[in-house]
Amino acid sequence: MPGPIQSIERAAAVLRLLARGSGHHGLTEIADSLGLARGTAHGILRTLQRVEFVEQDQATGRYRLGAALLHLGTSYLDANELRSRSINWADTLAARSGQEVRIGMHHDGAVLVVHHVFRPDDSVQTLGIGAMLPLHATALGKVLLAYDPDLSAAARRRELTSLTRRTITRTQALERVLTEVRAQGWAGEAEEYMPGEASIAAPIRIPGGLVVGAIGISGPVDRLCDAAGRPRATLVRQVSQAADAVTTSLVDEN
Amino acid sequence: MAIDQGTTSTRCIVFDQNARLVAVAQREHRQYHPRPGWVEQDAVEIWRNVDRIMPQALRQAGITAEQVVALGITNQRETFVLWDRHTGVPVGRAIVWEDIRTEELVAELGKQPGIEEVRERCGLPLATYFSAPSLRWMLDNVAGLRAKAERGDVLFGTMDTWLIWNLTGGVNGGLHVTDVTNASRTMLMNLGSRQWDPMLLEFFGVPATMLPEIRPSTEIRGTTTRVVPGISITAALGDQHAALFGQTCFEKGSIKGTYGTGGFLLMNTGDELVRSKHGLLTTIGYQIGGEPAYALEGSIAVAGSLVQWFRDNLGLIHSAPEIETLARTVKDNGGCYIVPAFSGLFAPHWLAQARGLVVGLTSYINKGHLARAVLEATGWQTREVVDAMNADLGAPTPVLKVDGGMTADHLLMQFIADVLDIPVQRPLVAETVSLGAAYAAGLAAGYWPDLEGLRRNWHLAARWNPVMDARHREDEYANWKRAVELTFAWARSTPN
Repeated sequence: MPGPIQSIERAAAVLRLLARGSGHHGLTEIADSLGLARGTAHGILRTLQRVEFVEQDQATGRYRLGAALLHLGTSYLDANELRSRSINWADTLAARSGQEVRIGMHHDGAVLVVHHVFRPDDSVQTLGIGAMLPLHATALGKVLLAYDPDLSAAARRRELTSLTRRTITRTQALERVLTEVRAQGWAGEAEEYMPGEASIAAPIRIPGGLVVGAIGISGPVDRLCDAAGRPRATLVRQVSQAADAVTTSLVDEN
Repeated sequence: MAIDQGTTSTRCIVFDQNARLVAVAQREHRQYHPRPGWVEQDAVEIWRNVDRIMPQALRQAGITAEQVVALGITNQRETFVLWDRHTGVPVGRAIVWEDIRTEELVAELGKQPGIEEVRERCGLPLATYFSAPSLRWMLDNVAGLRAKAERGDVLFGTMDTWLIWNLTGGVNGGLHVTDVTNASRTMLMNLGSRQWDPMLLEFFGVPATMLPEIRPSTEIRGTTTRVVPGISITAALGDQHAALFGQTCFEKGSIKGTYGTGGFLLMNTGDELVRSKHGLLTTIGYQIGGEPAYALEGSIAVAGSLVQWFRDNLGLIHSAPEIETLARTVKDNGGCYIVPAFSGLFAPHWLAQARGLVVGLTSYINKGHLARAVLEATGWQTREVVDAMNADLGAPTPVLKVDGGMTADHLLMQFIADVLDIPVQRPLVAETVSLGAAYAAGLAAGYWPDLEGLRRNWHLAARWNPVMDARHREDEYANWKRAVELTFAWARSTPN
């Protein structure tokens, strides 16, 4: 059993200090009050600022509790914000893979499509933003399930609807797949949602590792998978790189 | 390779033959506001930024200068700098298109005889926005400048000209050239001859000796001798013209809309020089070789900046994209309209005295309705401009091609499709300005064979189809027009 982690205890103390009294303190005040070296206090404040638990007043340089603390229970990332931050990376993924791209977030027991880029072949396609997809039968959904214990627990309790003859409908089978997704860091699916179609997706994270969404491609099964029915390694790499790029863009701007 | 010298930053982008982005390097530059309404930039700082980002982009792409097929320059339009031909040192700072120091001068010049003739020759209404009034202001207000300019010791250049002069050697034989699209924004070029017009030079009191040679967009012929030597510069275009080209709007009647801080709509009118009867500007779309493609332009002064205002001045959202989330909390505007005439209205009204307003307030209106009204304002302003374009050309456009940051706003793009009653299309490459400059440069260098070859690189990333009921659309448009009329009434009733 590892002992308590000092920096987390100190961060908690900083938050408690800011939560009482005036709620506005300068770096020196905070360091002196908690008996910390100024460099240590600064590091903790910068980190808390990065996760939006603390805000710094532009004019005075003083620190206060961040708005994110008040909304801890509600969704961290606005869906339209995610689309705006990821649009260039989603375009790049579509251009490199030659497939259509979707970004999904969990909403109400399903995948909500928050962004959609057409397959770049100029065929007639319909914009699918706002559509809901099943969690258990799509690569996007499997990523969201794999990294959200509540969501996967709920999925276990519910009946898994069969959409094709390949849809995973047994809970144990789904569990095995989700374990695999966590181990490899991406999800795939072939003809589990629609006959002839496959998809590949990877997680979009915020600092600390929390998964807030998924980005993936979908297309004909023979384009996405090899002869053995496994997702093609080059495409998996492209999807993972796009997910990492979006993750980085979310960190940068915070 | 493209250099996009924009209003807030300068970027260097490398594309491959399939028009896919290979590398991007970017640096911002300072904005100076020495007095209310004055906006200036340091041309030397911008030049130093180019010095940094060109090698950076090459490193990122993992290529050498020899592997760069050609360089195209695109730039913020109308902004210009004056410099000493012998030392390369600028005379003061560059005056930016947003600068309104010449308001009085413009009012005065507007009363001069020959003003109709000015509009006829350059295709532009007299406004602080264009280069000539600010250039006149400099010549009148900087001691000794006019004499130096007349002797040929001082050169004028929009930012394309400044960068090309420096890249090709500066004081050691730098080329002093500009392209037709940039020249068409100065108010000094004759649209028909596409050369500096003696009558316009006379009207604004500008000595011809200080002006660069005007070339077709793809007939800039220079080689870099500084920063990264040995790259051939083959093209230059103003940024909005480059976006028209990058969107491959090559057919007569095709329109592109760039949605950023403001909104810029350009319609290709082909070989027809259309003189707008509906408040649009006539400009050169681009000139590839012999004959130019003319264009009509309608600018919306406030688009994304209204969302920024909503975020920063009202504090109702944390980030700009959240406006869509807030707007979706209600199903319609609740009868509320916002006309963002913050510094007057641009196309097609051109009323500098108009001021913004919010109308239709009732106790029912909440922040969601206001958020909708903010987004809808950009939609209706687009409708006004596109209506004017269709009326001037005499044929309706079938589709609007869009780019810029606001295309990430799904609700707004759907609304624009709804109010125009035509599909709105977003291309896969969002960097249409840089791409347009790279296209023009690559075309001049023979990297791409022809316009058809470029068109094949354009791929659809998203398409919004109109779904709004026709009756509802026209009712809402009528309401918007009434709201706009109220800004005129407010302008009339406000003492100047």
